[in-house]
Amino acid sequence: MLSIQSVEAAYGDSQVLYGMTLEISAGEFVTLLGRNGMGKTTTVRTIMGILSIVAGNIKFEEKIISNLPSFRVAKYGIGLVPEGRQIFPNLTVRENLVATAVPANNKGDGWSMERVIDLFPVLKDRLGSMGNQLSGGEQQMLAIGRALMTNPKLLILDEATEGLAPMVRQEIWKCLQRLKKESLALLVIDKNVDILSQIADRHYIIEKGRVVWQGTSMELRANEQLKQNYLGV
Amino acid sequence: MDINIFVEQLLNGFQLGMLLFLFAAGLTLVFGIMDLVNLAHGSIYMVGAFTAATLTLWLDSFILGIIFALPLTLLFGMVLEFIALRTIYARDHMDQVLATFGLILFLNELVRIIWGPAGLAIPLPILLDGSINLPLGIVYPTYRLFIILIGVLVAIGLYWLVAKTRLGMLIRAGASNRVMASALGVNIRLLFTAVFGLGAMLAGLAGMLIAPINQAQIGMGEEILILAFVVIVIGGI
Repeated sequence: MLSIQSVEAAYGDSQVLYGMTLEISAGEFVTLLGRNGMGKTTTVRTIMGILSIVAGNIKFEEKIISNLPSFRVAKYGIGLVPEGRQIFPNLTVRENLVATAVPANNKGDGWSMERVIDLFPVLKDRLGSMGNQLSGGEQQMLAIGRALMTNPKLLILDEATEGLAPMVRQEIWKCLQRLKKESLALLVIDKNVDILSQIADRHYIIEKGRVVWQGTSMELRANEQLKQNYLGV
Repeated sequence: MDINIFVEQLLNGFQLGMLLFLFAAGLTLVFGIMDLVNLAHGSIYMVGAFTAATLTLWLDSFILGIIFALPLTLLFGMVLEFIALRTIYARDHMDQVLATFGLILFLNELVRIIWGPAGLAIPLPILLDGSINLPLGIVYPTYRLFIILIGVLVAIGLYWLVAKTRLGMLIRAGASNRVMASALGVNIRLLFTAVFGLGAMLAGLAGMLIAPINQAQIGMGEEILILAFVVIVIGGI
């Protein structure tokens, strides 16, 4: 579904991605792991067309999406839950959800405001609040709901549990498992390797802008050395 | 002091305020959302006035002239944004001031070539030409009241557009975080062109409304531009 081939990208003079390669199949739950500054968020930015790539290519459902404007990438069916949530502070919760919503084009089973509220009941009482009045956890749920309302085929979550209380974190993990059951493809960037190695299908570990290991959850759990080499603090 | 003069001056001030509102709404929309300082906003005001004047003379109706001139000014604004201004969003404000000052000179000259150096008067329809009797025996020109009425209607319409419609939500979302809005599927460039067109149409409307009082003339936009900047600085951008 998503295929990233030998992608190189840079911020000005400083190159960040050196031949990044990654594949996600339809309905697959894939994670991107690695220490800070290794190029995880940069990878997301190149997928979304926020940062241009200088070599390689990115395909989504067999169509080349490298260096397309962001809004086109989004229209192809990629939903983004960005690092730092980036809720629109000057819009209400309801407006955050509906402003960029796109109705599903397949037999009516798409995401709607009702379904998002069913997924995150906390949001129900906050629909009239402005985006910047929400707690961190509520903002995170809103950011996920906002992306779901575009009815994506692939959902990208960049540090979706960072800075959240353990209880809220649990809720996000539960939500991801539910989304996986609905066969939405997921690309998740997160530091919580232990839980991800339980609920995700496959993992990529990147270091200095390229993949240094990839494998299934079982393989990741079996290899303690990996955590020490590439993920430890 | 005579109460009549007082009320008349009050209404005159209100009428000028409405004109400034129409003009400044576009200016502040464009500055607040696209971060573009557009000195050529006054030239759009002038082009709106000349277009309406010509159409009024052709169609023999001021109201029809305005109705047809509005979409033309919208289109003019969008074309201007597309070919000239889109390229300077990323530049700093000083570059934008220089570039749009250049546009003022260019558009003044263009108007001179098309319409000639003399001003163009617009005759008012009989319905708006007279005076109206207000309470307390005050007599006031109907046309100035008409300007106030249009201003109030546009204010209500703009509020509705920005606060209540989907387009308004997207405009606010794009203003606060254009990268994120883009990543959620919003074509920000197109949205900006539309917002610019809307601002241009409002400036054009202001020009059309003042033309029957002051004539459509070259350089008319520069006077109001200064005042409008004062308004948006004091009123908050």
